[in-house]
Amino acid sequence: MTVATSLLPAPAQHGPWVAFTLRLIREKPLGAIGGALFVLFFFCGLFADVISPYGMNETNLLERLQAPSFSHWFGTDHLGRDVLSRVLVGAQLSMLVGFLAAGLATLVSIVLGVASGYFGGKVDMLIQRFVDAWMIFPDLLLLIAVISVVGAGIPQIVIVLGLLYGIAGSRIVRGSVIGVKENMHTHAARSMGARTMHILIRHILPNIMPVVIVLFTTRVGATILTEAGLSFLGLGIPPPAPTWGGMLSGTGRTYMYLGPWLALAPGLCLTIVVYAINVYGDALRDLLDPRMRGSR
Amino acid sequence: MTESNTESALLEVRDLKVHFPVHEGVLIQRQVGSVKAVDGVSFTLQRGETFGLVGESGCGKSTTALAVLKMVNVSGGQIIFEGQDIATLNESAMHPLRKRMQMVYQDPFGSLNPRMKVGDIIGEPLVVHGVSRRSSEYKQRVRQLIDQVGLLPDMAGRYPHEFSGGQRQRIGIARALALNPALLICDEPVSALDVSIQAQVVNLLMDLQRDLNLTVLFIAHDLSVVRHISDRIGVMYLGKIVEIAPRDELFDHPRHPYTRALLDAVPVPNPIIEAGRAQQLIRGEVPSVRNPPAGCHFQPRCPLADSRCREQRPVLTSHGLASVACHNV
Repeated sequence: MTVATSLLPAPAQHGPWVAFTLRLIREKPLGAIGGALFVLFFFCGLFADVISPYGMNETNLLERLQAPSFSHWFGTDHLGRDVLSRVLVGAQLSMLVGFLAAGLATLVSIVLGVASGYFGGKVDMLIQRFVDAWMIFPDLLLLIAVISVVGAGIPQIVIVLGLLYGIAGSRIVRGSVIGVKENMHTHAARSMGARTMHILIRHILPNIMPVVIVLFTTRVGATILTEAGLSFLGLGIPPPAPTWGGMLSGTGRTYMYLGPWLALAPGLCLTIVVYAINVYGDALRDLLDPRMRGSR
Repeated sequence: MTESNTESALLEVRDLKVHFPVHEGVLIQRQVGSVKAVDGVSFTLQRGETFGLVGESGCGKSTTALAVLKMVNVSGGQIIFEGQDIATLNESAMHPLRKRMQMVYQDPFGSLNPRMKVGDIIGEPLVVHGVSRRSSEYKQRVRQLIDQVGLLPDMAGRYPHEFSGGQRQRIGIARALALNPALLICDEPVSALDVSIQAQVVNLLMDLQRDLNLTVLFIAHDLSVVRHISDRIGVMYLGKIVEIAPRDELFDHPRHPYTRALLDAVPVPNPIIEAGRAQQLIRGEVPSVRNPPAGCHFQPRCPLADSRCREQRPVLTSHGLASVACHNV
């Protein structure tokens, strides 16, 4: 006993979150940069109303289509609106849609995946055949069909994207639930007479959290990108709200030769945010999966 | 004599059968056979005794344990626990009885939830059976259990991955004891541990068994461990018990040819005796449980098999202190 005790690792000096962040920076520097960039955009979006130098719909026809300068960092558009301010508010909309839709998607994935994986049998069979049927349709086709029926708007987009990604993602949750269900500690809990809810909350959910966290981060990127795609097609959040996708398709495309910054600003933001969240998600997956530990 | 005294029996298993159906077909599934993991097992556990169940991998030892805990569907037979047949009880009727029987698992790594602190793991059975985690009763009991299995009080706040295999097994034992069970089922509790640690854990189990007057069903394939801890021993082969005898009787006078072969397979730690002793090694493989041989299950590998063994299935009959299922004893 005492021998074994002395062999225990020294207790960590930091809390688990600090220790994890340090490990992320040390082992996955690219992922850490991605995470930092994403946090930067997140706060830009959160405080867009405070930090944007001009109002998002504030027009100044005397300063139309101005190139980037000190007074307008990202230039102005055809109505003299400040592009930086619009991009910042666009970040806010992207983050709002991204987080809400990814949150809903993760919730749907957990509910379907846990029900399917834990109860198995006929429940599993029913849910999985439904998921199969759902996944046959191309995402965009389904989105366009639903949005044209229910109309564009933030709540509709969040619900549709949430369901779309949630149902597909339930497969991933199901797989890890099946793995955890077979662990002996789940078995032990059942043999001591634990109810299903107790087992789900204390044994299944905590052990699938790494998968859920990764699922959520990658879904944030995916929903932001899809929302931009929808706005580009005119099916997203309706104007005059300055979404990145809407800015690209509207002024960005029309004035591409007169003012390339009109397309560059939202396009670059979109690229950077999605790339950042994806490398961050990849790094999280590698760090949280014990099987990937030590590999690159 | 061993199977008679029903009043002091805590657990009596009569003709227990656990058959797993085998299905074939993609859309329309039909049953094409069954795996008879446990096929007519009977034994009795007297209060306060340790009953060892031995046999090679796949012979149905663990399935027997799971059936007693009602963790697999029982296909037939009776499991009489504290005078009540639990084989046919549903889960809600089983719930209060689950307090009375607890299990210690083989795998010290998989059997503890990696996301729960040790204190919470040990106290989990209390929570499941309605004791509040904030009550002083709970805290006191967890402290007491940690002490009882030889861990230190400050270990309650740590996670299982910080412990060695032997320590983890102590945690598993503390969890099993939390509800003061009458029956403790140990499914190969030391086979995943180093030999030096095995002795510590086995001795801990023996001390606890004596102090708490536990009845223990001890499953193992390591004969020396079973000999050390058990009062009586049952030998299983292919879903059936082939011999039950008091410990010393079984080791000194093994009657069933399979028991003899098992004991012969244990090496003697003396090269001169080891080289000179007559060994009865069994040939061949264990037959499939989906399609067991006719007559005696051991007959294809048995040196004593004759025509009767190939046709007639032997039943457990008393021979002195032991009960043996063999025509040629």
